[in-house]
Amino acid sequence: MSQKADSKREWPLWEVFIRSKAGLDHKHAGSLHAADADMAIENARDVYTRRMEGISIWVVESKYIHASDPGDAEILYEPANDKIYRHPTFYNLPDELTHM
Amino acid sequence: MSKELIKYTLQIADNALVIGHRLSEWCGHGPVLEQDIAITNMALDHLGQARNLYQYAASLFNELAPDEQMQLFASTALQNKVAEGKPIDEDDLAYLRDSWDFYNTMLVEMPNNDWAYTIARSFIYDTYNHLFYTKLLSSADESLAAIAEKSLKEVDYHMRWSSEWVIRLGDGTEESTRRMQATINDLWAYSGELMIMNDTDKWALQHNIGTDLEQIRADWKLRTSAVLNEATLQIPADGWMHTGGKNGRHTEHLGYVLAELQFMQRAYPGMAW
Repeated sequence: MSQKADSKREWPLWEVFIRSKAGLDHKHAGSLHAADADMAIENARDVYTRRMEGISIWVVESKYIHASDPGDAEILYEPANDKIYRHPTFYNLPDELTHM
Repeated sequence: MSKELIKYTLQIADNALVIGHRLSEWCGHGPVLEQDIAITNMALDHLGQARNLYQYAASLFNELAPDEQMQLFASTALQNKVAEGKPIDEDDLAYLRDSWDFYNTMLVEMPNNDWAYTIARSFIYDTYNHLFYTKLLSSADESLAAIAEKSLKEVDYHMRWSSEWVIRLGDGTEESTRRMQATINDLWAYSGELMIMNDTDKWALQHNIGTDLEQIRADWKLRTSAVLNEATLQIPADGWMHTGGKNGRHTEHLGYVLAELQFMQRAYPGMAW
């Protein structure tokens, strides 16, 4: 009986991060199931990079991701609302400077 | 010269088409979503390789004199096309030949049965295919060498994927070990044909187009043994091996593959998307 339950047990969930090109950050692409890290990377390759989306893959088991509590949103994020001086928008940029 | 080269090219192409079709049968039926996508990706890799090879074979075929074209294939659908004086293309080679004009090995036409069986079949084929394409890189035929170069990265991944699955299942639970061992034992007698030289292989070797398959056999044995050892599986004894597919004599399974693969083009000739 327990063996039967085992065989129905799903593989653990993994979060997948893809770097689309050199110099850019790894971005969260989605999640998938895999038995271990090697399989997770191969699955990620097949599921998330089929259309040339990436050149590097990170995977991390979802249980190791710790998330902030949505209920804390007011305390955590709203205080930043009126702190416009934290944005570097008060400088005049030279015209030659692009990609800013 | 061209007739032998066409047959040699078709031996490679038909392996790719038939195993690609077999893998595509998993589409929507994979054991988990991720592996469903993985195996259909690989089906498309094989199909892409088959297309390159068929395009090349078709261009060689179109250069033959009409009477030579007539003799090359027994299927009337293809002969009718020749009689009309039209050039053939990759689709004609895939859809209009009958099983006796197909030159794939019998291994690749074996049915999927279950995941272990599908994995074992791919493992045997992918290991061979990687060694074969590596040798084909130095073929005197530039087109085949170029196709080999393009295909090799895909084939490298296929081999890694199927080897890892053999290890996973072989060194897994009591049931997975037993079932993996059973399929390896079952399919072993179909592994030999990949590396037994028929007349076409010998012709290709003489002209520096092909490669010595006997040499590949030694490397194939080393690689498969290493994986089977890691998978805690027994390596079957090399006994009698099935042959015939490369000369157009197939198991009954190929007929079913072709019936499904070719139905639309046979029922509605020239039909397009």
